[in-house]
Amino acid sequence: MSKPKPTLETTFCGIKCLNPFWLASAPPTNCGEQVMRAFDAGWGGAVWKTIGEPITNVSSRYSSIDWEGRRMMGFNNIELISDRPIDVNLQEIAEVKRRYPKHVVIASLMVESKRETWHDIVQRSEDAGADGLELNFGCPHGMSERGMGSAVGQVPEYCEQITSWVKEKARTPVIVKLTPNISDIRMPARAAKRAGADALSAINTINSITGIDLNTLQPNPNVDGKSSHGGYCGPAVKPIALSMAQQIQSDPAAILPLSGIGGIATWRDAAEFILLGCSTVQVCTAVMHYGYRIVEDMQDGLLAWMSEKGYATIDDFRGLSLPNVREWKHLNLNYKIVARIHEDLCIGCQLCYTACWDGAHQCIHLDRTAPAPDTTLTPAMVEAEAARRISTTPIPKLDSNGAGHTNAITPLERIPRVDEDHCVGCNLCSLVCPVDNCITMERIDNGLPPQTWEERTAAGLVPTGASEVLTNG
Amino acid sequence: MSDRQAFPPQVHEHPEIAARFGDIHPPFEAQAAITESNRCLFCFDAPCTTACPTHINVPRFIKKIASDNLSGSARTILDANILGASCARACPVEVLCEGACVMHRYNKQPIQIARLQRFAMDGFHQSGAPLPFEPGEDTGLSVALIGAGPASLACAAELRRRGIRALIYDARPLPGGLNTYGVAEYKLPFAESVREIKMLSQLDVEFHMDTTIDAAKLAELEREHDAIFLGIGLGAIHKLGIGNEQLPGVTNALDLIAGYKSGELTTVPERVVVVGAGNTAIDAAIASVRLGAAEVHIVYRRGPEQMSAFSFEYEHAKSEGVKFLWHVLPTGIHGDKAVKALQLMKLATTEDGSIIPQPGSEFLLPADWVVLAIGQGTHSAFLTANGSDSARVQLERGRILIDRATGQTSHPKFFAGGDCTNGGREVVDAVADGKRAGIGIAAWLEGLHVQA
Repeated sequence: MSKPKPTLETTFCGIKCLNPFWLASAPPTNCGEQVMRAFDAGWGGAVWKTIGEPITNVSSRYSSIDWEGRRMMGFNNIELISDRPIDVNLQEIAEVKRRYPKHVVIASLMVESKRETWHDIVQRSEDAGADGLELNFGCPHGMSERGMGSAVGQVPEYCEQITSWVKEKARTPVIVKLTPNISDIRMPARAAKRAGADALSAINTINSITGIDLNTLQPNPNVDGKSSHGGYCGPAVKPIALSMAQQIQSDPAAILPLSGIGGIATWRDAAEFILLGCSTVQVCTAVMHYGYRIVEDMQDGLLAWMSEKGYATIDDFRGLSLPNVREWKHLNLNYKIVARIHEDLCIGCQLCYTACWDGAHQCIHLDRTAPAPDTTLTPAMVEAEAARRISTTPIPKLDSNGAGHTNAITPLERIPRVDEDHCVGCNLCSLVCPVDNCITMERIDNGLPPQTWEERTAAGLVPTGASEVLTNG
Repeated sequence: MSDRQAFPPQVHEHPEIAARFGDIHPPFEAQAAITESNRCLFCFDAPCTTACPTHINVPRFIKKIASDNLSGSARTILDANILGASCARACPVEVLCEGACVMHRYNKQPIQIARLQRFAMDGFHQSGAPLPFEPGEDTGLSVALIGAGPASLACAAELRRRGIRALIYDARPLPGGLNTYGVAEYKLPFAESVREIKMLSQLDVEFHMDTTIDAAKLAELEREHDAIFLGIGLGAIHKLGIGNEQLPGVTNALDLIAGYKSGELTTVPERVVVVGAGNTAIDAAIASVRLGAAEVHIVYRRGPEQMSAFSFEYEHAKSEGVKFLWHVLPTGIHGDKAVKALQLMKLATTEDGSIIPQPGSEFLLPADWVVLAIGQGTHSAFLTANGSDSARVQLERGRILIDRATGQTSHPKFFAGGDCTNGGREVVDAVADGKRAGIGIAAWLEGLHVQA
């Protein structure tokens, strides 16, 4: 049986989408000219740079975290909403929709918290032809000081109030964009749902200071020697965004169609958000880094993966990983794995050794050439022994066994050994190992049936004090 | 005996030599250095550190480059190897740290340790910072070091850090031995070597240059000082023992290299033949090409698999246009007032590896210069001569026998290191020997004084 040819076409809260890849409300969607170029590059939708009463920005506005030579692993901004007049933005939305009727244009909105003001902007946006509205309750800097953005998103009651005003007027779907700068993102999500929101998008950026210049003692981004809390995004925030997407999608009181945002740069990132229940994804930082062209591989890669897995549509795999995220108390305590080092792949860096000794449970040893297993040799003893060794530059004619001649094969004494009886299966060694598949975590059959903490507690196998700690903690 | 010099006079670069002997490995630009340093895995008990004779903590200095702690990086290097700047340029890292890098077994490109080390040391020099060490509190002890090469310099640094006076004696006008006079200029420029050594004067190392030590003078130093360190290197290059070797145009590799490095030699004639196939022969042959020779041959009595040069040096020589003649034996030098040709006899090899001359196979290789590079003799005469009461030190095939861990010779008051003990290896080996000996001397003297 031939597999169906997969399609990226999908529907999000009633809005038909050519593909699930949208540009998030941000500098890449500042104006019509940009959005049209983005659509030409392959983006399925764009959430317009937030429209509201024009603001004045500062310079500079961005800063970033570089990590071991890679640029922009984390990115932050203190830019506000659109600095262009509302009319100009709306005219351009109309123009884009006229030229690209099949592409999705969402108007992101942020105005003062007055019913009439919201009614007015909703009306004008829909008149311009927007396919939907995204309420920006997430912006964490500047606007929040004026009672907008995350100042709304952080208070479920405000969130509910404004959403309900919008719903009174709106004819197109209403998407509420949530802030992660809150202890439980389900609270504003529930509030939005109560108010009748059609969908959610999450996450907006995270409060951050990216760093301090050690020469000037000034934080980044630098505005005349001063800085302000900026919104953090980019690859660094993806795990936080995934966790929040899962929380929303696993909560019956909050669940709504979700557009996932946060550190998405590749088709793999997108697939992960969809597996946790998102219907579309929104991208900003990766486009600011590399341009609109990145969407080509996002489409190409996702289609290839769907084809390989036999998924015909986005909905075929949407949310499939949700059942696999459980509370800790539902995890199997009798599942046992141990680390195994594959000697043929080991390059002898011994990072697993030092990680296990200093960061884990001291069960990796350097005793393969010792007459008997020796678990008492500490890292300091190994280093002291190495310091005593006398080495000489090998001369080809005289020293055929010099250092340079054996570098293709890892000497046995440099390959660490796992004490499987003491290994707790924490994964650390396999995470630090620089070689793929060199350290694998292998399941050990301990003959025990699966048992969770909850089951163990229910069976009375846990002392009372211990179970209370978990309950209260 | 010359008076103690604060430090020898300034050295000036010779523009013509500098132009012809540009850097073989260009220095890193800052961002490239950081990218490369981040590629280092930070191995535990790192093989690069073990492979380095001076045991520089390579991952540590590399990670300090990554964290933008350049002064700490340089301190890490200097703590293990006081000549870390020149070793970064002169070391055959392919068979040392970089040869041992685990990347060979992973993504195949080893970390460029030498270039990173040079980056850290260049940064240190450019900063103008003083050596990060100070002389130890004066112990009243003193040591005479014979020879101002890398072994003695490293030994002196250890002694000074322990408050022991270090007086270095050398026959040449400038210190550094082969580091200054014998390393190919495209690896380590003359002026760089001298600049590095100049830092040692911050530790109050006392240099007595232009001072030849003979057996009598050695006996005098032995009486005046608490210990003697012999860092005397090797002697003159061997002669072939064939006719006409006294003709003008017959020279040796060390004189050729020292000559151009110090600026006294700026050209060589058209046709140069280098006899021998070690690393020094390669250096002399490449230098001849760079100094304008049209045709440079290396002649060797065995085949390429038996030559003592590193394979990367062999490849380098070929890439510079040096031609190799294998299995030939020089049997005569032709010429009246100057060399005209080298007479060579072909050799046959047998399965057991021996070589058999083929009489009647002689031929002439035209040459304006014949450069000998067939190994160096030793200074054993200087140590064994003289009927003084000192038993001097035990030798083996001309090499001074030492305890590898402490540098001590058969005569407890005499320590030694470098080429005179190992038969001729690398700068880094001499530094390692000198360092162990410096620590060894201090420990031995302390033991003596504790007992006393």
